[in-house]
Amino acid sequence: MSSRLHIVIVGCGRLGARLANRLSRQGNYVIVIDSSAQAFSALSADFSGFRIEGDASGLRVLREAKLDQADLVVVMSRDDNVNLMVAQVARLVFEVANVLVRVIDPDRQELAAHYHRLGIRTLCPTQIAAEQFLLAIDEMAVGEQGRHA
Amino acid sequence: MKILIIGGGRTVSHLCDSFISKGHSVTLINRDPAECQRLAMVLSALVICGDGSDPGVLEEAGARGADAVFALTPHDPDNLIACQAAAIGYGVTRVVALANDPENVEVFEKLGVSAFSTTRIIGSLVEQRTSMDWITNLLPIVEGRVNVTEIVLEASAPAAGKYLRDLTMPDNSLIAVVMRDGTPMVPRGNSDLKAGDRLVLITLPENHGTVLRMLAGVNV
Repeated sequence: MSSRLHIVIVGCGRLGARLANRLSRQGNYVIVIDSSAQAFSALSADFSGFRIEGDASGLRVLREAKLDQADLVVVMSRDDNVNLMVAQVARLVFEVANVLVRVIDPDRQELAAHYHRLGIRTLCPTQIAAEQFLLAIDEMAVGEQGRHA
Repeated sequence: MKILIIGGGRTVSHLCDSFISKGHSVTLINRDPAECQRLAMVLSALVICGDGSDPGVLEEAGARGADAVFALTPHDPDNLIACQAAAIGYGVTRVVALANDPENVEVFEKLGVSAFSTTRIIGSLVEQRTSMDWITNLLPIVEGRVNVTEIVLEASAPAAGKYLRDLTMPDNSLIAVVMRDGTPMVPRGNSDLKAGDRLVLITLPENHGTVLRMLAGVNV
């Protein structure tokens, strides 16, 4: 990433906090939103961004995070529906150019094509992990060492 | 019609009864097993226990052939995504979401899902009904964006004794029906208004006050 970006991260779980720490360390202006203030304890000591406690599916919180000025919004709360709603609001209401959203349930990925058309990028960790596992299994060449041969 | 309702509680039970009594077939989706049992006992609708925003559950509930889907849970994101899943995933043409947060009405419409806010409808109803005995009926329609109001014209009302053509009604407002001596009529320019007439008005929330003021002379 070149210049200092305005990045909003929705959901400060393990993944959200990790991403926030890294992006903040890279010199970006990072705002983290979570419905529970306790979640912010996962942020590292040198995290220099802002924390907003509140429900990201309400416009008030998103306005507070100055979404209209954001270069990138990453949405990864525990709730897929909240994530998909926030991602669409970011893209269509606040007109954020880059929106990335985590979708936990692979079934909900079926709507991914629709979200892609809107300019929202979806990532499904379950699907990614499954592919990685299959790849690893392939690489292990199970059965080729001749145990049953 | 085949109607799918996602949600629970008294409003949904009432709605469900009303649809069934009109001959529609209704399927209910609720994620709470205890609420599902209760609903299944009091309603003659098919009740499915599950997450109404889950495409698999929607499919099981027959979303593919449904004429309408109403998402009425207390969680706005669930309502939005359920409607999108039904519309985009299963081609349901009529999907309506409840916006618990009134601000989400505009948000949902922007995201392509038609929405209504009971908070707003009740709010405007209470506001407009406050201390006005001469308003005998008021019904917000089209998601609360249009009012149908029934008023009685008193002798002191500015419009009493005037011809319709002499009244300058605001844009987007209408005197739809005049009821005199028990006979309803749709008025024209040469119709006059008399004290004691009951008028059915079509107004928008923006011009509602102006219309009542010019016809009845009362500040709203």
